Amino acid sequence: MSRTLSAPVTVAFDYTRSTGPVIGRFLTGLRDGVVVGARTSDGRVVVPPPEFDPVTHRATGGDGGDPYVEVGPEGTVTSWVWVPEPVKAQPLDRPFAWALVTLDGADVPLLHALDVASPDEASTGMRVRVRWAAERVGAITDIACFEPVEAGSGGLATGAGAPSATTVDGPVTGVVTPVSLDYVYAASPEESAFYRAIAEGRIVGQRCPHCGKVYVPPRSACPADGTPTTDEVELSETGTVTTFCIVNVPFLGQRITPPYVSAYVLLDGADIAFLHLILDCPAEDVHMGMRVKAVWKPREEWGTTIENISHFAPTGEPDADYETYRNHL
Amino acid sequence: MAKTPAAVIGVGQTHHRARRDDVSMAGLCREAMDRALEDAGLTLDEVDAIVVGKAPDLFEGVMMPELFLAEALGAAGKPLLRVHTAGSVGGSTAIVASSLVQAGVHQTVLTVAYEKQSESNAMWALSVPVPFNMPVHAGAGGYFAPHVRSYIRRSGAPTHIGAVVAAKDRTNALKNPYAHLHNEGTTVESVLASQMLWDPIRYDETCPSSDGACALVIAAEDVAARSADPAWIHGTVMRSEATTAAERDQVNPQASRDAAAYLWKQAGITSPIDEIDAAEIYVPFSWFEPMWLESLGFAAEGEGWKLTEAGETAMDGRIPVNCSGGVLSSNPIGASGMLRFGEAALQVRGRAGEHQVDGARRALGHAYGGGSQFFAMWVVGSEKPTG
Repeated sequence: MSRTLSAPVTVAFDYTRSTGPVIGRFLTGLRDGVVVGARTSDGRVVVPPPEFDPVTHRATGGDGGDPYVEVGPEGTVTSWVWVPEPVKAQPLDRPFAWALVTLDGADVPLLHALDVASPDEASTGMRVRVRWAAERVGAITDIACFEPVEAGSGGLATGAGAPSATTVDGPVTGVVTPVSLDYVYAASPEESAFYRAIAEGRIVGQRCPHCGKVYVPPRSACPADGTPTTDEVELSETGTVTTFCIVNVPFLGQRITPPYVSAYVLLDGADIAFLHLILDCPAEDVHMGMRVKAVWKPREEWGTTIENISHFAPTGEPDADYETYRNHL
Repeated sequence: MAKTPAAVIGVGQTHHRARRDDVSMAGLCREAMDRALEDAGLTLDEVDAIVVGKAPDLFEGVMMPELFLAEALGAAGKPLLRVHTAGSVGGSTAIVASSLVQAGVHQTVLTVAYEKQSESNAMWALSVPVPFNMPVHAGAGGYFAPHVRSYIRRSGAPTHIGAVVAAKDRTNALKNPYAHLHNEGTTVESVLASQMLWDPIRYDETCPSSDGACALVIAAEDVAARSADPAWIHGTVMRSEATTAAERDQVNPQASRDAAAYLWKQAGITSPIDEIDAAEIYVPFSWFEPMWLESLGFAAEGEGWKLTEAGETAMDGRIPVNCSGGVLSSNPIGASGMLRFGEAALQVRGRAGEHQVDGARRALGHAYGGGSQFFAMWVVGSEKPTG
């Protein structure tokens, strides 16, 4: 058995990115089937257009002029690297090259995918051209990839020719950027011991060997003196509500349906309260000093999680004296 | 070795809004930066270093945005630093920038902080469930509401005090053209009638979600001497503490008290309420005004709410707090701390416009972040510090 517990976590969100007018102009061009750069103050044509001039720092197009320059759909590879094993969300699902392509009329290269079957078919100095995506929406992926110029010679079969009209009008002002990150969350050895005990129906804290405070869950570093908590202390299933809030607000990713009471419960024998749910009484009846006890889920539903305790419920005892929890507020 | 005297000679901010769809992150930062540079009468070429701050990367989903922002921020060929201290980051970022000047490393430093909350959802980003733990977290409001309840219990404050703060700050915001919320007619009664979100915190007692940026130009004595109205830095402080610890005081954290004591000592202040003319205090939820008044030493423990209730924190009170409308009226999280620092500078420069406190000579800028665990503060004054 591993010393520590771990579990997967996925953090995913579709971010809505405002492009601003300059990157918006570039993406609008892609949607309309043209590649647009901008002439900077030092006379170079840069693709994509920079939002601010690298020399004068002025906003591109901010002086009312038209700095935008349409560049060719064909260009020259200035450098490249082979990708033998593409990963999820890359432009191609088969081996390809990342290439720096200086488009005709531009002075600096653009990074994009180059669709060739093997590294033998890629070379610095080779001529390539844009292969447009079948459906263009105003995103960098409107360029599906680059392809060798020879590949389409004599026909328009690759889609590299005159792009079709799009049905969307107006400038592009935003893009959606989905992000999804997969992590493995690892609990500390001290927390792992706590969750394993929870899986046996026991609540186990640990005492800090220096300051003597009982932490639940236990800590790999006591916040007061930095030492791991060590001596196990079996804690009661009863405790006191120190303070709490009633969550009435729904939000994205919420796991419990509001309204619910999120309360700090100070278990008898512990020196720190932890957050849990209070149920089995109306939310408005929950109060500071209320005595509560753990209500466990059916044993067959248990795992190594605090969620084995479904919630805390009032014991019906008289309230705890304020002095017993005032230092926990 | 003594610190080099340093001053804020330029302050710039964006018009804060729920959505600034018209600009990118770089454009948002440059809007604030260009205003700060214009105020200082300088160009980007005359700046020696750039210090940037923003709140956690999950808010916009861009890891290390300083990488892609470097050129737009004019940092090519210059030192570029990023500062991270959660919600207090705008304050910490300004202090890092001022430290570079006070230490004699640079003459002129531009610092900028921003958040573009419309690109994501901070409530989601602050509530990602952690395996094995109880999924009861509910954003910043859910985190702070129990501690507000603790304050009410400990101080015996009447329950309408939070509404007094909210009505005052929202009314002050009407005098600040940059503020996000311009809610005419906000009263104690209207705040009390708003929806209870995280009991005991109501909707109108909660900061908005904003896009915005703030920038400051901080310069050494020689450069600042050319400014008509520098805001001299009289003291800076940062302190941190553990997020959770046995018997940790989340209402009046030790780090906050220690930071304030050290700040007042540096600035030669013995009675903050008598010697500070305007305070910009980080109040994202209304009850934090009386809480921080006590922690900062403007009032004795348990007495902060009495200043609020008596109107002493209004613009014409003994200690005007958040004349700009504060975090309750504009909350581009990463920039919110720097806005407090910048508004304090505007007050002592006499440049706060309609929300100017007459004759303000010394002002406090304050920020906190994380689970009340990071603190950043400064005192600025119209006179160069002595000694």
